[in-house]
Amino acid sequence: MKFNREMFLKNDFRIVVSTFVGISFLFIIVAMILGLDFNGTVNTIQRIMFLSAVYAMVVLALNLQWGYAGIFNIGVAGFMLSGVYTMAIITGDPNGLIPGLGLPLPIGIIGGVLMASLLGLLISIPTLKLKADYLAIVTIGFAEIIRYTANALTFKTFSIAGVEMGTGAGRGIHLPMNPIRGLYYTDPSNLGLGKTVFGEYVFGFFEIVQVQSSVVVSWTYAIVLIFVVGLFYLVIYRIGNSPFGRVLKAIREDEVVANALGKNTDIYKMKVFAIGCGLMGLAGILWQGSYGYTNPTTFQPILTFYIFIALIIGGSGSNTGSIMGGVVFASLLFEGPNFVRRVIMHVFKFDKAPNSIIEAVIPISSLDLGPFVAYSLANISSLRVVFLGLVLIYIIQNRPEGLLGDRKELAASIDISRRPVIETKERKDA
Amino acid sequence: MSSSKTKKKQSRKKKSAKKYPLKVEKIGKKFGGLSAVDNVSFSIEKGSITGLIGPNGAGKSTTFDLITGITSSDTGSVKFNGEDITGKRPYQIANIGLVRTFQITRELKEMTVMENVMLAPKNQIGQQLSSVLLSRGRRKIENQEAELLEKAWETLDTFHLDKLANEYAGNLSGGQRKLLEMARVMMMDPSMMLLDEPMAGVNPTLKKQIITLIKKLSKDGYTFLLVEHDMDVVMNHCNPIIVMHNGGVILEGTASEISTNERVIDAYLGGSE
Repeated sequence: MKFNREMFLKNDFRIVVSTFVGISFLFIIVAMILGLDFNGTVNTIQRIMFLSAVYAMVVLALNLQWGYAGIFNIGVAGFMLSGVYTMAIITGDPNGLIPGLGLPLPIGIIGGVLMASLLGLLISIPTLKLKADYLAIVTIGFAEIIRYTANALTFKTFSIAGVEMGTGAGRGIHLPMNPIRGLYYTDPSNLGLGKTVFGEYVFGFFEIVQVQSSVVVSWTYAIVLIFVVGLFYLVIYRIGNSPFGRVLKAIREDEVVANALGKNTDIYKMKVFAIGCGLMGLAGILWQGSYGYTNPTTFQPILTFYIFIALIIGGSGSNTGSIMGGVVFASLLFEGPNFVRRVIMHVFKFDKAPNSIIEAVIPISSLDLGPFVAYSLANISSLRVVFLGLVLIYIIQNRPEGLLGDRKELAASIDISRRPVIETKERKDA
Repeated sequence: MSSSKTKKKQSRKKKSAKKYPLKVEKIGKKFGGLSAVDNVSFSIEKGSITGLIGPNGAGKSTTFDLITGITSSDTGSVKFNGEDITGKRPYQIANIGLVRTFQITRELKEMTVMENVMLAPKNQIGQQLSSVLLSRGRRKIENQEAELLEKAWETLDTFHLDKLANEYAGNLSGGQRKLLEMARVMMMDPSMMLLDEPMAGVNPTLKKQIITLIKKLSKDGYTFLLVEHDMDVVMNHCNPIIVMHNGGVILEGTASEISTNERVIDAYLGGSE
């Protein structure tokens, strides 16, 4: 197998871009079938891109922990929640219904990341000695404690050293305005007050092709997120493809050996916990931040499992695979079924789905499958979980290494697959 | 006056530490009610190739575990280069120059042979998270990696693993895994190596080469303690030889002393003492 670092990176970039393009193309076709106008099509692709980027970020962070170091953290949702909530509390209006500290957004984001990171560090210390499944139990328990805490009425409002703040309990918490709006509007909180020069110009341009201003704003945010995915990749690539990453891999393979070879594995695990959880917190902030509001229900354990599925599909241990997994999961597996439903409903013109399974099944006896299909489609969000299960079983059995997991992404800062002498010779030739 | 006395004592101690880098004193370990290692003491001379033999279950590997901190001992102490290393963590012991291989090879399966070997060296700048993340340290890391890579290729050459550099360690044969373990340990450049059955499954030609290498290193002042079942190797190349049986040391001596000793023969032939 020939291995060439530069080619490899170029190829990876190409793989990711062509996946993005391919999936966009697919959804353009879907939008055409659904008869969406240009604005609707553009908006659909924006939603797919946004969710793909969010998943890609979290999966990358998880890959650092699980793919590289073999740390079985299934408390991902909890660390995302702590990032988002900390950010919300720091930036919240001190005089609001659920009071916050009223600090600027950047401080909120940094605070959120630090909090998620700190909690990761905290949980890592007592669990250093735990092996895979035991660690998994602790992390999911911890994540649930965090979620229940956010959900608890006790903490709806509370005060620390006389400063009022709160989580808003089950009703959720407001998040600060997405700063992207500030690019386009003079007053992001009151859109009616007018647009900035940049906003006038861009909106004007997109009005020609009949794309609404709200779609333009969301697209801008999606592009920012895709850029952030690139940053995540860079950070984790640097950590993973280095002597540090080598130690992480060694911990994954056999911690005793890493230790016997003079590596203080505890410290490495703590660092990976802190960084990975911090990045998860950041991903959570960037994800929920666009909605202006979040609640504890968003961060149920299933979210963690979705992220794990995405990582397994993409290929645990591969950073490019992580991005691919995130994109494929978010677009095809998560959003896909909804579009399948819409397309079938649209094409076959089912008027109404029956209300119960009985009403759906009985017509089958008279060879009328329509109501059953309509019923299944109406409940596609439940069927999606079944579908995910099937995909997972298929992958585990037929391609356990995931889409890109079979490749050797060597943990080194330089190309260690070839003898340096040969390399310099080839360079001279080239 | 008393201080000069202690100084003298200390200097003598240092001298003996220089001559005997590893001193094991009365270490013991019980698993449940069973005593795996009981009251074992020995000193290993600098530059020697000491053999540790004994029938299966004699406690040889457990002794290695106790010395290198993989298992903590119940009693006794271990000193390395005059420093008490009892209760120290394996990584600490490895970093002061006392490194081991494992009887049942513990290659890092889903890492390539090269990654395995490159993992071992001490003081790698790139193992610091801060230098990995900051651009400033980048050049330094790459330079050091290039240096280590050169050393790694040489080491792989020595152990005839160079053609397998890009193979996953999990795909190696039993003998090759043994070689990989040794190569990995050599990359740490330790002053003393504990080798647990390094020759098992290695082909005869390569075995000879490894023995030559070990002998050359021991002349350079490296110290070896090896557990080995290949009596040819032990009798011809190890001196002294320590014999363990039922968790205790029964004899320490030269090859000829060992081979004529009744208790040793009994131990191997299954007689009771």
